[in-house]
Amino acid sequence: MAKINDKYDLSRIKYNYRSEMGRYEHHIYFCAGAGCISCGCADVARGVKESLDELGLNDKVKMIETGCIGLCSLGPVMLVMPERIFYVGLSPKNIGKVIKTHFVDGQIAKNYCYQDLKTKEYIPCIDDIPFYKDQVRIALQGCGTTEFDKIEAYIATGGYATLHKAITEMTPQEVIDEVKNSVLRGRGGGGFPTGVKWQAGHDAVADQKYIVCNADEGDPGAFMDRSIIEGTPHKLIEGIILGGYAIGATKGYVYIRAEYPIAVNRLSKAIDQARAMGLLDEPLFGTDFQFSLEIRIGAGAFVCGEETSLMESIEGHRGEPRQKPPLPFQAGLFGKPTIINNVETFANIPYIIKHGAEGYTRYGRVGAHGTKVFALAGDIVNAGIIEVPIGMPMRNIIENIGGGLIGGKEFKAAQVGGPSGGCITAADIDVPMDYSELIAKGAMMGSGGLIAMSTDTCMVDTARFFMDFVQDESCGKCVACRIGTKRMLEILQRITKGEGKKDDIDRLLELGAVVKDTAMCGLGQTAPNPILSTIRYFRDEYEAHIFDHRCPAGRCQALTVFEIDPQTCIGCTRCKKHCPTLAITGELKHAHVVDPALCIGCGACYSSCPVDAIHPTKREEN
Amino acid sequence: MSLSLENLTCNCDHGSTDEEKYALIGQMIDAYKDKEGSLIQVLHAAQEIYGYLPLELQKFIALRMNKPLSEVNGVVSFYSFFSTKERGEHTIHVCMGTACYVRGAQKLVEALEDKLGVAVGEVTPDKKFTLDVARCIGACGLAPAVMVDNDVHRQVQPSGIDAMLKQY
Ligand SMILES: Cc1cc2nc3c(=O)[nH]c(=O)nc-3n(C[C@H](O)[C@H](O)[C@H](O)COP(=O)(O)O)c2cc1C
Ligand code: FES
Repeated sequence: MAKINDKYDLSRIKYNYRSEMGRYEHHIYFCAGAGCISCGCADVARGVKESLDELGLNDKVKMIETGCIGLCSLGPVMLVMPERIFYVGLSPKNIGKVIKTHFVDGQIAKNYCYQDLKTKEYIPCIDDIPFYKDQVRIALQGCGTTEFDKIEAYIATGGYATLHKAITEMTPQEVIDEVKNSVLRGRGGGGFPTGVKWQAGHDAVADQKYIVCNADEGDPGAFMDRSIIEGTPHKLIEGIILGGYAIGATKGYVYIRAEYPIAVNRLSKAIDQARAMGLLDEPLFGTDFQFSLEIRIGAGAFVCGEETSLMESIEGHRGEPRQKPPLPFQAGLFGKPTIINNVETFANIPYIIKHGAEGYTRYGRVGAHGTKVFALAGDIVNAGIIEVPIGMPMRNIIENIGGGLIGGKEFKAAQVGGPSGGCITAADIDVPMDYSELIAKGAMMGSGGLIAMSTDTCMVDTARFFMDFVQDESCGKCVACRIGTKRMLEILQRITKGEGKKDDIDRLLELGAVVKDTAMCGLGQTAPNPILSTIRYFRDEYEAHIFDHRCPAGRCQALTVFEIDPQTCIGCTRCKKHCPTLAITGELKHAHVVDPALCIGCGACYSSCPVDAIHPTKREEN
Repeated sequence: MSLSLENLTCNCDHGSTDEEKYALIGQMIDAYKDKEGSLIQVLHAAQEIYGYLPLELQKFIALRMNKPLSEVNGVVSFYSFFSTKERGEHTIHVCMGTACYVRGAQKLVEALEDKLGVAVGEVTPDKKFTLDVARCIGACGLAPAVMVDNDVHRQVQPSGIDAMLKQY
């Protein structure tokens, strides 16, 4: 591969790639994000190739594989350009027909386009789909529309030109000033202003400094960083080199979790490509700045997302947090000044340097400019990855972009900020998604996990779930976190089993306050948040469990039996077949009955009923 | 032979006898010699080659890397990805992340325990499957998700377990 020495080399690569692509009338952007891969997109991709061969379309249509385009729940998907027609739910069976209809008959295969569940209308053009309409893509720019495994494709979209501009025309201080003026805040959870952090890194004096990219993405229920790495690995690399230049680091690490093998693979390929083209490990663009980048793979420990534990882990030790100070910018990795940023933070940098701070501050709101990527999941119709201007009301995200709740269920709350965050209830659904507004509601922006929950969700059980998680992931170094989380979990387990005691709520509040104040690292300091937030908004549910021995949502098995409404039951026998304990009796076309003595409250009948005749009720003690 | 991070998930035959595997791990350690803080990466590779990390192997690694065994063992026991017990031919990871939990992952775990006749963390008697849970595998849009080896299965229902297992 020829090396890149100046901007003319970049222009040449850009021109060549574009004219190669320009030979075709149409391009198919075929999503090969991890979501689509798991729905068998490889077979569909093969189907596309075969159809193109068969129909003799290879001169006219070019298929390229891209990263995640966002709508994971409808995969496999593809986008046909330049007409911007979006096909969803593809399979080896229907792909031949779609290709033929679109490219031979010249018609849109409408039935394979996105269908609006409310209006039942098919929406062929991607720009008209509500999921995409309100999004602004900066960190996700190119994700789903560029070939992830070709450095040329990234350069063709203007990639690495920003790096060239920064290194040949800007001083490190100018780069930092631009980032400062953009008011970019860290996207990894803390929300610390990136420019200020970089200034500290820049001002630290040492023979060696490091820059580290945190790709540990530990929040269970979040997959934004993974999508960025898999879709546009080169953008991440460019962002990290820019950071290295700004603070004066010549070496960088990407710490990425082992649960993401595809992301590891694509990023290491991209690093090899950048190296082969002279962008890593050699003086850049004829200057004397040179940078090298290495991947370190995690080994399954949530606490390693915390920056000091992460550095311990890169050094090859147990990932236990360090006492602060010294802060990482004073003495971090291998004792040297180190700056750590999140994947999404770095992915915003090329845009900010290219368009300047003014280009970035057009989006978002004062104090928190730009956009935020969220991973939408839970009981939501359009689960996937989205990017919206900071400050967008949550209602817009849940109802328009997310398409509401599955099965038309009622929205109860959304968990924002993962195990460190809290919930936003239906009453607060109009809250702007902004750092300070979310904190005021007892939640936090976090890294961007947004889990929608319907009225079927028990909030006490949700709190127990998160406590189970942090208790298990607590590294055990400090007493407050190790023992405090364990005691809180025990209390919650007791409550969900109907064995709660009358002062349990007060005890949880008290323990929560102590752990928050005395834990050593962010894991423990934020661990009580889900409990505190659910008690704040759903105290009545806790009380129902403790005093009435009743789970209002019918989720806590020990407290629930199911009941069939004889008026609504159509006698389809489905519930009877699903019941694991043979607690249901009844004849075809006659109302069925549950024997409460046999019912274990598992809810298998409840989810199988086609007419909503089954409801959870309180288990009577005997 | 070039051994590097990218080879971590390779499917090639890592030799069949213990000696061959140990020799390969030894080579791997030498390849990492000059890199600072490479113990975790070496353990990843060793687990890939040997399947799991029994005490014997930890001793070998400690000796070869010139580190106390306590340090190696401390790291192995800290991270959930490392296993000191023999694993089944395939590992089933049921995702118990938030998104999957909200969509019914708990039921799935119970159904799998029932079906395979083992508890989470155990190996089936025929050594075919290890049943395990994971903390979010990043397929939240497809919840509930199950990962068997490196394949992700989407929206798995208890009724779909048989079809899923049959593929292995
Ligand atoms: C328990 C815990 C887990 C964390 N996990 C992550 C993570 O997975 N990814 C991440 O980027 N930051 C995580 N953080 C935040 C990091 O400590 C750090 O603030 C962040 O990487 C800084 O980057 P930013 O300024 O770009 O956000 C975690 C913090 C704590 C306390
Ligand atoms: S919660 Fe299961 S894949 Fe994320």
